[in-house]
Amino acid sequence: MATTKVIDWDKVKSGTRQKRIFSNLTFIIPSAVLLFLILTAIFAPLLAPYPYDQISMPDRLMPPFFISGGTTAHLLGTDNIGRDVLSRVIYGAQISLSISLIVIAITSSIGTVVGIISGYTGGRTDAFLMRVTDISLAFPPILVALLLAATLGPGYWTVVLAISLLGWAPYARLIRGEALKLREADFVAQARIIGASPMRIMVRHIFPNIINPLIIMVTLSVGMVILTEAILSYLGAGIPPPAASWGNMVNDGRNLIDSAWWISFFPGLAIGFVVMAGNFLGDWLRDKLDPKLRQI
Amino acid sequence: MNKVLLRVEGLRTFFFTRKGVVKAVDGVSFYVREGETFGLVGESACGKTVTALSILRLLPEPAGQIVGGKIILDGTNLLELHKNEMRKYRGKVISMILQDPMTSLNPVYTVGDQIAESVRLHQGLHDEKVEEEVISALRLLKIPSPEVIMRDYPFQLSGGMRQRAVGAIAMSCHPRLLIADEPTTALDATIQAQYIALFKDIQKKTNVAIMFITHDFGVVANMCHRVGVMYAGKIIETATTREIFKAPKHPYTSALMNSVPRLDQKGERLYSIKGQPPSLRDLPPGCRFFPRCPVAEDICHQQEPSEVEISQGHFVSCWRVK
Repeated sequence: MATTKVIDWDKVKSGTRQKRIFSNLTFIIPSAVLLFLILTAIFAPLLAPYPYDQISMPDRLMPPFFISGGTTAHLLGTDNIGRDVLSRVIYGAQISLSISLIVIAITSSIGTVVGIISGYTGGRTDAFLMRVTDISLAFPPILVALLLAATLGPGYWTVVLAISLLGWAPYARLIRGEALKLREADFVAQARIIGASPMRIMVRHIFPNIINPLIIMVTLSVGMVILTEAILSYLGAGIPPPAASWGNMVNDGRNLIDSAWWISFFPGLAIGFVVMAGNFLGDWLRDKLDPKLRQI
Repeated sequence: MNKVLLRVEGLRTFFFTRKGVVKAVDGVSFYVREGETFGLVGESACGKTVTALSILRLLPEPAGQIVGGKIILDGTNLLELHKNEMRKYRGKVISMILQDPMTSLNPVYTVGDQIAESVRLHQGLHDEKVEEEVISALRLLKIPSPEVIMRDYPFQLSGGMRQRAVGAIAMSCHPRLLIADEPTTALDATIQAQYIALFKDIQKKTNVAIMFITHDFGVVANMCHRVGVMYAGKIIETATTREIFKAPKHPYTSALMNSVPRLDQKGERLYSIKGQPPSLRDLPPGCRFFPRCPVAEDICHQQEPSEVEISQGHFVSCWRVK
């Protein structure tokens, strides 16, 4: 005899409720982290216990307060010239976050426009735009950045320009592929049939359908931009000292990593938080934007 | 009799590919009257869809080119219009329904939004008026509770509902000519019958001319007033549906008729036409059907037959018909 399976509906319901709470958590926690960091960046002068560039040689290489030898005067310790790590992490948020925001806004916009036009129009336009993209991808970005820093002088906008100048190319590649696929879609044919212009088809029919890969790319770029900025800072082409960015802080502590790990660790932790928050938020957003998943 | 809305004369559409010129449509002529359904029948790859796309001038460029002929819609030769002018015709004067309802709706917009797009493009109305038009288009297609359905996304609808939604987009601007490219192929038999009944009803209400592309003679019998049978890029026989069924003149047409399974005749193996249609890249001289024709004569592979009118409105291109 077959046994009957009794479905416990209360359990099923509580299961979906748990799922819902979890799915909300993947939104709440990363946005809270990002909001916290953004507010930190905005109110840095009020929050930081010390100025970011205050040197104090007697206090150099002090460990964080929870390790013996540390004091609560410097909660996260000090670096090799006695600057307060906590204050520098707080100020660093200003530079690192704003740079990645600006760079991503620039690169994703250019990449999306180039990619959609290239993929949808096809033919010679496509060939031309893709060769430009190839060339951009072929250039070593660090060398170009160094060249820019040498000619323009290192600085905030040099970094933005240096990363953006070539950074749009991967976006263009990705978006072009998607646009190429969508160009043949029946609903695009349908749009042509009702008399929509190419411009309208690109903006209204192709663009909304490539938002998902775009978001994923954007969230992944956050970490990449911050890291590129770090590399540039290390090579002297990034944010010039004494200004603090998370990237140049990680590099400052590189040589002392086995004795004074906190100099690199805390800015590194901040980078990790941003990258992870970005990824989680991207996932959540993708689920929300996909109408197929919206009402499940 | 109603006046002729669309007249296609000697249409030739070629595809210029690396391997050579594909003569997808090679001298097609037919007309469609207002309020009439003209069926275009033929096997796959005989040029039915390319004929439809040529009328809309939506061929995949640069490979597909209309190299000759005229497409006259209500006195205007569509082939002479500037492309911006042509765009105004699409959706408003000529509309088309594609084969697959699952993919012809944009997944990210609600059904209402997609109908509204067409209404906005062509009628320049205020938002409230647009919504009225959207609802009336959905009503025309007999979609239940249009106010609810218009806020649904395509994935929330069944296949039959989606196909109706596609029909609502096509009919939203009250076109005068509707091209339906095998719209019932993806539907099951019950829904198919409903859909055809629906279009007959819509035609009565709006007097729209329908050009119905299909390979299903059952659908033709049900839906069309007149039929053109296409073979290898040419229309080889045109007649009223009644005549085509009663007295097909071209050997290809009668062969097609014989290969339709029938319930009222018991018997043998289902008839099928031997051989393959010719490659459109490399057409044989003479009649295109010659290699497969059971009654071919010498002249058939020497010279191409021209179209003769054997009775009022019944045109055949065959040497055997005098």
